Amino acid sequence: MAEEFEPKIVAFLCKWCSSAGSDMAGVSRMEYPPNVVPIQVMCSGSVSPLYIFSAFNKGADGVLVSGCHPGDCHYIKGNYYARRRIHLVKKLLEFIGLEPQRFQMSWVSAAEATKYTQVIKEFVKELKPLGPQTKLRRNP
Amino acid sequence: MKRTGVFICHCGINIAGTVDVKKVAQELSKHPGVVHAEDYVYMCSDPGQNLILQAIKEKNLDNVVVACCSPNLHETTFRNASKAGGLNMFRCEIANIREQCSWVHKDKDKATQKATRITKSAVEKVQGNESLEPVSVPVTRKALVVGGGIAGIQASLDLANSGFEVILVEKNPSIGGHMIQLSETFPTLDCSQCILSPKMVEVSKHPRVKLMTYSEVQDISGYVGNFKVKILKKPTYVDPDKCNLCDECTKVCPIVVPNEFEFGLNGRRAIYIPFPQAIPASYTLDIKACPGLLPIACGKCADVCEAKAIDYDMKPQIIEEEVGAIIVATGYDLYDKENMAEYGYGKFLDVLDGLQFERLCSASGPTRGQILRPSDHKEPKEVVFIQCSGSRDPENHCAYCSKICCMYTAKHAMLYKHHVHDGQAYIFYIDIRSGGKGYEEFVQRAVEEDGVLYLRGKVSKVFEDKGKLKVWGVDTLTGKDIEIAADMVVLAQAMRPAQGAQELARKLKLAMDKDGFLAEAHPKLRPVESVTSGMFLAGAAQAPKDIPEAVAQASGAAAKAVTILSQERLFHAPTVARVISNLCTGCGMCVQVCPYEAIALKDGKAEVNEVLCEGCGTCSATCLRAAIQVKNLTLHQVHEMINACLGG
Repeated sequence: MAEEFEPKIVAFLCKWCSSAGSDMAGVSRMEYPPNVVPIQVMCSGSVSPLYIFSAFNKGADGVLVSGCHPGDCHYIKGNYYARRRIHLVKKLLEFIGLEPQRFQMSWVSAAEATKYTQVIKEFVKELKPLGPQTKLRRNP
Repeated sequence: MKRTGVFICHCGINIAGTVDVKKVAQELSKHPGVVHAEDYVYMCSDPGQNLILQAIKEKNLDNVVVACCSPNLHETTFRNASKAGGLNMFRCEIANIREQCSWVHKDKDKATQKATRITKSAVEKVQGNESLEPVSVPVTRKALVVGGGIAGIQASLDLANSGFEVILVEKNPSIGGHMIQLSETFPTLDCSQCILSPKMVEVSKHPRVKLMTYSEVQDISGYVGNFKVKILKKPTYVDPDKCNLCDECTKVCPIVVPNEFEFGLNGRRAIYIPFPQAIPASYTLDIKACPGLLPIACGKCADVCEAKAIDYDMKPQIIEEEVGAIIVATGYDLYDKENMAEYGYGKFLDVLDGLQFERLCSASGPTRGQILRPSDHKEPKEVVFIQCSGSRDPENHCAYCSKICCMYTAKHAMLYKHHVHDGQAYIFYIDIRSGGKGYEEFVQRAVEEDGVLYLRGKVSKVFEDKGKLKVWGVDTLTGKDIEIAADMVVLAQAMRPAQGAQELARKLKLAMDKDGFLAEAHPKLRPVESVTSGMFLAGAAQAPKDIPEAVAQASGAAAKAVTILSQERLFHAPTVARVISNLCTGCGMCVQVCPYEAIALKDGKAEVNEVLCEGCGTCSATCLRAAIQVKNLTLHQVHEMINACLGG
């Protein structure tokens, strides 16, 4: 049997909520698939569309952006900007033919360890049937 | 290329149990720029830190990466170690391979691969880091305390006695909070007013305390060490300096409204003093109840006021203050009794809550300390106390334990017996939680000396039957249904955050937990700090607590505030935004999105105020030309990190 496809995922986690939530999942020893490599950013609002394109360009099969819940941003309103920006990026990616499942945004607070593991589990599950991402990849 | 050293921690078996640390070190040693890679059992130990110092010296390192636990734990440790080795602190980065890798995966090969990628990503980041020095800012050596209950009073006194100016803001006409409404306190049965009023007097007379009652915090800006606060001072229409407390005004005032200090057990006039020991000792004209400020509408109070203290032209004032630290002590209110339909609150006059019962027991209360039924002013001979009314009920009410109810219910039952010797007190309880000095003994005393009958079980229904309140419950110890024909029912209502506290928390940008209590920075190690630096928590605003705990936390918060106020200057993270001038076209988009108003246009280019900038990076994601970047997390660095994360 051929080895199951393991999607490569880059996750941009804000320092104050989602990265802390991911730490909490670790502290609580909650298991989730190892497909995601996290990059800690200060705020989901700092995630430039360029980060997302760059990740797909470098061969990511999926990209996740996760921040504080709307209204709870450590930087007051950074995640509102993130929400609007991510929405546009998602539309753009769909327009150029990328499967919408490949790019996701989630709100995970510092206490929501269970939610973080759930987000990762579901993301990996959704990406597996899609196979490798070749649309935006530099050297497919 | 910069010379980077990588140190991989085993953390005993916490990391090494799932991640092949030797293999990670081996892989990293092949990574461009890495001149040194080793693993060690506990990097945070002294010998572990010495490895870093040694390698910096021997291998002439420019950068250090430690792959270990979350940066929230040991980033400071390793940055200091790097500094001791002669490097700039920002030349050290942490790769989180424990919380975000070894603890959440089981497959050793995959975890090792992920740990390698996380570490390589940190190497790429540190290679792009520049040496930075913290930005220094001056400190406003003055504090704001919000809430004039026991916690706020204690915090203000401690700060003022440490030599700092304090502004104490209270939304009600008098300070004192809920503690001044209590009759006696457990476990000593000290008179609450007698022990609190000296502190109230002290805080009001303290030369370094500026007391602002009937005031609310309206807006806040700035950052730790330098907050700007706008305080709304509501008009009382009475000049406290002129008022001589003759009480003539209340005698002529034609309006009677429920008295909030007595929880509606009696009435007050539209012009009133909340209670005799109120501070400031002055009357307040309740504009919502008053028929109108025009003499034509009424004007009786001003007519009789010989001191000419009543001023209908008083206007709301906005007072601006600058402070360095803020303590939030907004306290609690009781859970809405309207939600307790099964216990008949609101329907039956003789169903009271704990605070109303305090007022009935209080010598200064509506009955002058006699325990009488509100419905017919008769002495109740059988009283049922119901604990956990709204607490510990995740399906219907609050999931949490309100902590103080077991103790105050025992006190209530005891006080009742001291007033009505031939009466009988029954207490329905789920568990008795009497942790605290002298607390368990106090509960025992209630049972042994005052014959209080404890019934373990919940009450299903309270209803009226032939002039009595029928209480249906169950005693789970005997397994029998219980029916009591009571004269009075007292509900130990759950505590919840004070009304308006959530709104204030939003203004102050404080986090709240799921129940609306203010969230502390760390549940174990930073229990008095909020998530916002420079803001501290005290009292029941953070969680249900009793008086000694509120006082202890208030003193703790004051001590924490002193650590800021006692500094000449504070240091601010230097990882702030920077404008790349030749790329900037002066479009101003970054100016608009900045949550801190830290960017301004100057000569057609954006300019960052490094003191105001918090380094969130929202500007950098908005700029179309990548002309504004956060130091040590630039677009270039992120690109390289992404590459490393994908195994490139």
